[in-house]
Amino acid sequence: MSTLRLVLVTWWLQLKIRSRSAFDGLLGLLWPLFFATTIFLMYRASGAEGSALLSAAVGASVMGIWSATSTSASFTLQQERRQGTLELLVAAPTPFPLLIFPVTLSMATVGAYSMIATLLWGRFVFGIEIAVANPLAFVLSTLVTVVGIGMLGFLLAISTVRYRSAWAIGAALEIPVWLICGFLIPLQVLPVWVRPIAWLLAPTWGMSAIRAAAEGRGVLADLLACIALAIAYGFIGMLVSRHMLNSARRRATLALS
Amino acid sequence: MAVIEVKDLTRTFRSSKGLFRRNAREVEAVRGISFSVERGELFGLLGPNGAGKTTTIKMLITLLLPTTGQASVLGFDVVAHPREVRRRVGYVFGGDRGLYDRLSGLDNLRYFAELYAVPPREQRTRIHELLELVGLTGREKERVEGYSRGMRQRLHIARGLLHRPEVLFLDEPSIGIDPVGARELRATVKALVEHGTTVLLTTHYMFEADDLCDRIAVIAGGQIVSSGTPDDLKQRVSSGPVVEVEVYGVLGGVVDRVQGLPGVRSVVVEERGQAQVLLVHVEPGAEVTQAIMSCLDDARVGRVVTREPTLEDAYIELVGTP
Repeated sequence: MSTLRLVLVTWWLQLKIRSRSAFDGLLGLLWPLFFATTIFLMYRASGAEGSALLSAAVGASVMGIWSATSTSASFTLQQERRQGTLELLVAAPTPFPLLIFPVTLSMATVGAYSMIATLLWGRFVFGIEIAVANPLAFVLSTLVTVVGIGMLGFLLAISTVRYRSAWAIGAALEIPVWLICGFLIPLQVLPVWVRPIAWLLAPTWGMSAIRAAAEGRGVLADLLACIALAIAYGFIGMLVSRHMLNSARRRATLALS
Repeated sequence: MAVIEVKDLTRTFRSSKGLFRRNAREVEAVRGISFSVERGELFGLLGPNGAGKTTTIKMLITLLLPTTGQASVLGFDVVAHPREVRRRVGYVFGGDRGLYDRLSGLDNLRYFAELYAVPPREQRTRIHELLELVGLTGREKERVEGYSRGMRQRLHIARGLLHRPEVLFLDEPSIGIDPVGARELRATVKALVEHGTTVLLTTHYMFEADDLCDRIAVIAGGQIVSSGTPDDLKQRVSSGPVVEVEVYGVLGGVVDRVQGLPGVRSVVVEERGQAQVLLVHVEPGAEVTQAIMSCLDDARVGRVVTREPTLEDAYIELVGTP
């Protein structure tokens, strides 16, 4: 119960921190719309219509969730280091992964906004018909994808504790994941050797589930794969965090100097 | 049994630079220090910047692993049982950092109350108690980014006390606080010790150490150069008076000449505005004022004062030229 409370309080306060900056807020509102506009214009220029445009809209919306999580989660921990709170988080008796997970989850929640904004932008500005065949499965798939992406962000964020420059990994992985996880183009058009990498990434399965729900196909297998990977990331993160923290304590990387 | 036990503790920092040719560098921040702190004691670590004070505290609160040696807090080894140590200690450091600026003071305290597992039912009462203690009642709903440095420091202290720690580590807590705030802080620390909290304090301010600490360890270059009560230190280091000579333009060789005078134990030059002040530590019973003046024949001399040694004099003698 106390763990749940801790996760909820941290999640809420992180959202509060992000909502307090007008610049961050404005950027968060506008950023997904630029993604969406670029993609819709590209698809329209290539003559796509109907389900292809819907697929693009859904892909663009998940891109927003991923981008908000991958770059922000790592950067947020770097921010904690800069403002001197990272040491205080480590010095607290609460297991460190329990503090990081809600941080990344709050980023993914901010990203979930981008899904709604992208779909509304597509509907009202580009006239894309958002016909979701199975709304319940769509919402469920979106929630699972948010958690899955949050857990992948958590895994990336853990490395930031040990390596001062690791926050850049989040930024570096932002665009490759768009490509590898099939947000915009089907996995089938990628080289065969890329596919096993895609299968290890929860967003691939989350994306697939969201598309399947929109088109009225079954989502169970994709959802289970996404959940299983999210749990695996959490487990690996817990194991790795102990090592990372000890290494950070040994190499004195918790503070900036 | 001592509450804090430190034995032959060392900490070396390794860093390297360069992309292809990595140049490794090692800095021995703490070099084999040993001390112990008893329950309810206020123990001070006094030393110049870079002496190893903060590194020592960070090892004790489990943020850094020692390179060699042993340390335990409340009987728990800081390497083997970090969580046990973290549950029982509080940490407050000086300066502007260590708070969530975009959150209110109240939200900051709520968050850290969760991190330190303060039971939800107690949180509200405890937070209000602490806000009262540090004088932030009425300002708790304002964002921290609008707080003055003194208010931030008081919030830090409230944060450090949320879980009623048995041992409190204060790392230069009064840095940047105005004199009134610093006095209030000292009163708060005294009250905590009276209620049984064990405190380890680092500070640059001698009067603070003199006023608060039961015992002091002077640390320089990563080693403890002397330890004892403030009075012990004053006696031990400089049992004679101090002659302060205000000089405008100390000429080369003057310090060496004064140092060579019979009855002079040490000489330190302190810059005070346009003047330099020669702090001459003298053997008990020695009369050296005339001899010092004769060494300063060409220099313009201002005020000359002879006084009893302070803790600051002891400190300066122990750690060398300021």
